[in-house]
Amino acid sequence: MTATTTPPGTSSPYAELKAPTTARRLLTAPTTGPLAALLLACAYFSLSTDQFLTGGNFSLIVQQVMVVGTLAIGQTLIILTAGIDLSCGAVMAFGSIVIAKMAAQGTLPPLLAIALGIAVCGGFGLVNGLLVQKIPLPPFIVTLGMLNVAFALTHIYSAEQTVTNLPGPLTALGETFPLGHTDITYGSLVTIALFLLLAYALSSTGWGRHVYALGNSQEAARLNGIRTSRLTIGIYTVAGLLYGIAALLLISRTGVGDPQAGQTDNLDSITAVVLGGTSLFGGRGSVLGTFIGVLIVGVFRNGLQLMGVASIYQTLITGVLVILAVTVDQISRKKAR
Amino acid sequence: MSRTSRLPVSLLRVAACTGVAALTLTACGSGSGSSSTSAGSGSIKVGLITKTDTNPFFVKMKEGAEKAAKADGAQLVTAAGKFDGDNAGQVTAIENMVASGVKGILITPSDSKAIVPAIAKARAKGVLVIALDTPTEPQSAVDALFATNNLNAGKLIGQYAKAAMKGRTAKIATLDLAPGVSVGVQRHNGFLEGFGATDKDVACAQDTGGDQAKGQTAMENCLQKNPDINLVYTINEPAALGAYTALKAKGREKDVLIVSVDGGCTGTQAVKDGKIAATSQQYPLKMASQGVQAVVDYAKSGKKASGYTDTGVNLITDKPQAGVTSKDTGFGLQNCWG
Repeated sequence: MTATTTPPGTSSPYAELKAPTTARRLLTAPTTGPLAALLLACAYFSLSTDQFLTGGNFSLIVQQVMVVGTLAIGQTLIILTAGIDLSCGAVMAFGSIVIAKMAAQGTLPPLLAIALGIAVCGGFGLVNGLLVQKIPLPPFIVTLGMLNVAFALTHIYSAEQTVTNLPGPLTALGETFPLGHTDITYGSLVTIALFLLLAYALSSTGWGRHVYALGNSQEAARLNGIRTSRLTIGIYTVAGLLYGIAALLLISRTGVGDPQAGQTDNLDSITAVVLGGTSLFGGRGSVLGTFIGVLIVGVFRNGLQLMGVASIYQTLITGVLVILAVTVDQISRKKAR
Repeated sequence: MSRTSRLPVSLLRVAACTGVAALTLTACGSGSGSSSTSAGSGSIKVGLITKTDTNPFFVKMKEGAEKAAKADGAQLVTAAGKFDGDNAGQVTAIENMVASGVKGILITPSDSKAIVPAIAKARAKGVLVIALDTPTEPQSAVDALFATNNLNAGKLIGQYAKAAMKGRTAKIATLDLAPGVSVGVQRHNGFLEGFGATDKDVACAQDTGGDQAKGQTAMENCLQKNPDINLVYTINEPAALGAYTALKAKGREKDVLIVSVDGGCTGTQAVKDGKIAATSQQYPLKMASQGVQAVVDYAKSGKKASGYTDTGVNLITDKPQAGVTSKDTGFGLQNCWG
């Protein structure tokens, strides 16, 4: 990762200043701290256990974070608008049950079932966006309500039963291909591609600049001629579609449709976003930061497990890191003003 | 603020991040000592994956595994889901343990079906997988199962209830676990079989998730629906104590018979105190220690454990009934978990 991966919007608090040097831009980028923490953690685990620094293990870590990572892309978009989405994990779980049931027990061919599941998740996003923008209601409340709605629908529709015997196309993304001596899953590639795609869209398109402008001040964005209403609804819908893709990745990873899935994924995705240096107040941050954020969680979980540390310490460390990340964001905002 | 203030801020950011990362890493470095035993790097590694970290049943299980690992000079690594039903968390734990080179994995599956593909991958790499307490679906997805026979545990209290209710017409309420979870279904069916009843004879059946507060709510609702309930079966003692609280509020705690399954220490004490008439006690410590033993045997001789091993139950009560074998609460409290 270099300075070129930092979207222009992330330096917006300093926009009025003259062109900073490359070194300075690197140090002020919100992703620098998280990246340093990630590299340090990797270095530490590499020295502590000889099973950590292998291609297979890194492939494993990416597989383990691909579902929450994909959710976290949508979460990043919403948090950039100063919103929040508590419903993402539950919407994903519902999407995965729709896909699994439609394909395994229903009448739809697998690819159509997948498309339907992704569309259903997009529909949830659309409804979230409409409620947030048109009524308007606070995103926290809307998505808290939607969390319960999606959770209940998942359990009603699945009748609490795990869906098994899924047709091949549903789990195709969980299959691997060899790269050198390392097996890579196709799903990991999908997640990485989505991160790159959204990073490009945010940093290099008009749409991306509008998202950052909206997050900094909706009123100012509106006065500058940005159609903020359409933009907001669009962002929630895109996030919903991303949750649908996460649903497919989830199925491909576990090989079943599981109604219990995703119950802590809303908070896990917010954790990744915050660890990646995106501000909960909107307008500052990047999806590549979020990618670093999910990797931090994945690396700690994997590394500590390889060292034989009980899982409760992973939770402890994640908690400390989150508080630290938010503190750093808050302090740097104050100083920047 | 002027430009000059920016560098310190970013430096602070980097320093703080890396500083705490280092701090936490040191902390976990020292933490590792507590969970892994004194065994060296060449020792046999055994993985234990429980449903959660917090349930006393699994705490006892871990204790049993740790003791057995120490005795055998093996190294125990543990992990758990974040909540009961967290399949993804257990899958991740299996993968990480296989990557760390465990010889065998002992697991209480959170989702009997959903965990199967991950277990298959681990077994394909030569790892012995033993299910503890909860069978997988199908049961053959693991090498072996060390568990309580939950149907028998249910039957035992069903037979006890039948004897204790002699001469009275039973109005039954069942406070169950959750739909589709095999442990709950087997205990429920065992109870009815032992009592000689069917689901048609149950006046009120409610799910509690084995939770005390939910057990209380369920009992309140059952009493609302059918005030003359006089026999309550519960999935575990927390649910039973919830039911007791609800019954006490109605002044019914004396004439309603509560029977349960599990045998936790709080629950066994409640049997001694007369709040619960009887409970079928199971032995998580035994499941775990036998599991560790099996992995060590496999590492040494290459012989894999297979099939089902019943780790046994005992009926605990201070009001024994003729024709039903039971132990008193003195025995129960000595052998309880939690």
